[in-house]
Amino acid sequence: MKTILIKGGRVIDPASSLDAEFDVLLRGGKVAAIEAPGKLKGNKDEEIQVIDARGLVVAPGLVDIHVHLREPGQGYKETIASGTAAAAAGGFTSVCAMPNTIPVNDSPETTRWMQSADRGAVVRVFPIAAATRGSAGEALSEYGSLKAAGAVAVTDDGKPILNDAVMRQSLAAAARAGLPVIQHAEDTRLTVNCSMNAGPMAFALGLRGMPVEAESGLVDRDIRLLAEFKDARPHLHVAHVSTAAALESIGRARRNGLRITCEVAPHHFLLTEEAVGLYNTNAKMNPPLRSAADRDAMVAGILDGTVDAIATDHAPHATHEKEQEFERAPNGITGLETALGLSLSWLHKTHKLPLTRVISLLSTQPAAVLGLKGRGSLAVGSFGDVVLFDPAKEWVFEASQSRSKSKNTPFDGVTMLGKVHTTISEGRVVFAAE
Amino acid sequence: MSKSKEPFSPSSLQSATSGVTNRVAGSVLSVKDLSLDDLNSVLHFATVLENEDPLLRSRRLAKRRVALLFYESSTRTRTSFELAAKALGADTALISSLSSSIEKGESLKDTGITLRALGAESIILRHLSSGAPYLLEASTGLPILNAGDGMHEHPSQALLDLRTMLTRLFGAEKASAVNEKTLDGVTVSIVGDIFHSRVARSNALLLPRLGAKVVFCGPVPLLPEVAAAIGPGIEIERDFERALARSQVVMMLRIQAERLAGLHLDLEEYKTRYQLNLERQAAYAPHAVLLHPGPIIRGLELTAEVADGPQSAIAEQVRHGVAIRTALVLRALEKGKLESPEKAAKSAKGSRA
Repeated sequence: MKTILIKGGRVIDPASSLDAEFDVLLRGGKVAAIEAPGKLKGNKDEEIQVIDARGLVVAPGLVDIHVHLREPGQGYKETIASGTAAAAAGGFTSVCAMPNTIPVNDSPETTRWMQSADRGAVVRVFPIAAATRGSAGEALSEYGSLKAAGAVAVTDDGKPILNDAVMRQSLAAAARAGLPVIQHAEDTRLTVNCSMNAGPMAFALGLRGMPVEAESGLVDRDIRLLAEFKDARPHLHVAHVSTAAALESIGRARRNGLRITCEVAPHHFLLTEEAVGLYNTNAKMNPPLRSAADRDAMVAGILDGTVDAIATDHAPHATHEKEQEFERAPNGITGLETALGLSLSWLHKTHKLPLTRVISLLSTQPAAVLGLKGRGSLAVGSFGDVVLFDPAKEWVFEASQSRSKSKNTPFDGVTMLGKVHTTISEGRVVFAAE
Repeated sequence: MSKSKEPFSPSSLQSATSGVTNRVAGSVLSVKDLSLDDLNSVLHFATVLENEDPLLRSRRLAKRRVALLFYESSTRTRTSFELAAKALGADTALISSLSSSIEKGESLKDTGITLRALGAESIILRHLSSGAPYLLEASTGLPILNAGDGMHEHPSQALLDLRTMLTRLFGAEKASAVNEKTLDGVTVSIVGDIFHSRVARSNALLLPRLGAKVVFCGPVPLLPEVAAAIGPGIEIERDFERALARSQVVMMLRIQAERLAGLHLDLEEYKTRYQLNLERQAAYAPHAVLLHPGPIIRGLELTAEVADGPQSAIAEQVRHGVAIRTALVLRALEKGKLESPEKAAKSAKGSRA
């Protein structure tokens, strides 16, 4: 492995409160040194790759704690190799893979299989294991051995745990194992056959709508369960929050001392249900795009710190699956290659969120949420995960050029700000823009 | 950032993300696809074609191909579209979800491409999924006539309802032209299962454009408050008798048991509050025109006596359906351009000579 010297860039590391010009030396897959410009030189006997980072931001590699890599079982949508290539192109060096694979990842074997070098991942994959066997919502999976195999959290993403007793058991077992429980907060009893947000638009389109309460109600239930614990302190992480009501509950619970975190996806802080237009299946996801008031609440929650992380919910689907009747088309959009550009355009440029906060939401904070040690930081000794991007460069995202196997995105052709220049994963360049 | 490059204003994101495209000429997927001029031309041609010599009429689309693609059962709509196409001389092919490769899992897109390859110049689609006609149009590039999609719209039904009420209220000679004020002072109550009704949506989006007031009437589970927000000129009245008392037209709807999806409804209570029977009709709406898109369930939303009574225009609606759909099929195959009647008469003479 070559030693890498990144010279002349603006280093922004929220973990070390750095925002100034520094040179960064990566050696042996780790951050070896950060010094004032010009001070760092490699050892005489080593081969050094110098990257000229003038005009670029040098930040800890981005961390996405919510992606669907589709392996095992659905390699036609995405593979771990293609999904991590898309991650690298988007500046991500760590991705946390959801367990709704085929079979469901509820075992140490599958958890290890996903991390095997044979999968061809170009950035680090952290499996998130199923909270219950087969994500059937009944018997818990074995959290201790899943953690030992590398799982960083448990969830039945997409199949929320509705049963109070099972959720209570899951929180207790996860607390013992030292794992967060991630909940996709949707009371599915209220969303039968629904395919978009409830409201005038759903009514006009003749589509059944998911009420805001389906999300906020389950968040409130989970908070109630979390508050029952006296000695143990389970960590509940709420995935892809989309409603003002749920976000308000989360903020209140945290102020009341509960251990609760949450993430918001770029499409939820950016788009509204209007994007569904006339049955655009690339605007169909779960949770659905909501009203402008909810979208604005996501932005406000990011600005005021209620939101812990930006996560993409990268959900690749084949073209033939999205080219179906709206109600039949699967939920979800790809997101790994657009998250940084969308965040910089909307949160930094339009809403004036400082760059360091944007990077923190995309890297340092998500790494902290799932306890990914040595990630989301450029402190000496951290993994050599680095993203270099040009914060002033406008570019047009073209879905056809995506590294993902799937092209299901509503952002095809959208101009965005902030282009990834180079992505380095554990000291290896895994993406370099042409 | 220049305005053209600004990706994050609601309007530019809308255009970037919504997939909204212009209609293929001749397509009618929603009543919104028809301008006032289009409406006038469809109404006008419905009358012209209805009165035309059948032999001349059958030369208009002689041997051209129209496909009827039906994923849901239908009596009135299917038969009237078929008769309409045949009256114009077109060859029709009926494909229903049973007894076709749809049963084997063929997608809507592939079914559409296949029909186009078989020579169909237009497809008339009935589908159980809202929005399916947009997918079919995008997949084939053909003019599509929406013959009812899920709970979304049923535009040809709204047009035939319009023609029926114009005829009843003002006489047949006034049923061929409309403007923004034609229905000023007319209140149309649409009663019953609004939530599941594509007919209600199409009528509610169409009639207020011509000056009418639309009153939705029904119980909350079948009529959420949000229904009134889909367009201007729509209000909600929960009390059936109050709605009747102000209506010149009353449209009764069937409870769509096949779409209730777990909704439990006390039918006896429903009948008590919302059934149109002779007593109610006589007491509150003794002159109102009674419409129903069919199929009617006698003894549920209305009684046999009112269905068969003098105020009922239910059978007339079916007749108007053929006339309206003849105009729509012609418009679809003429790529949205219906000729003026004078020109049409000339060209008809020309073709005879």
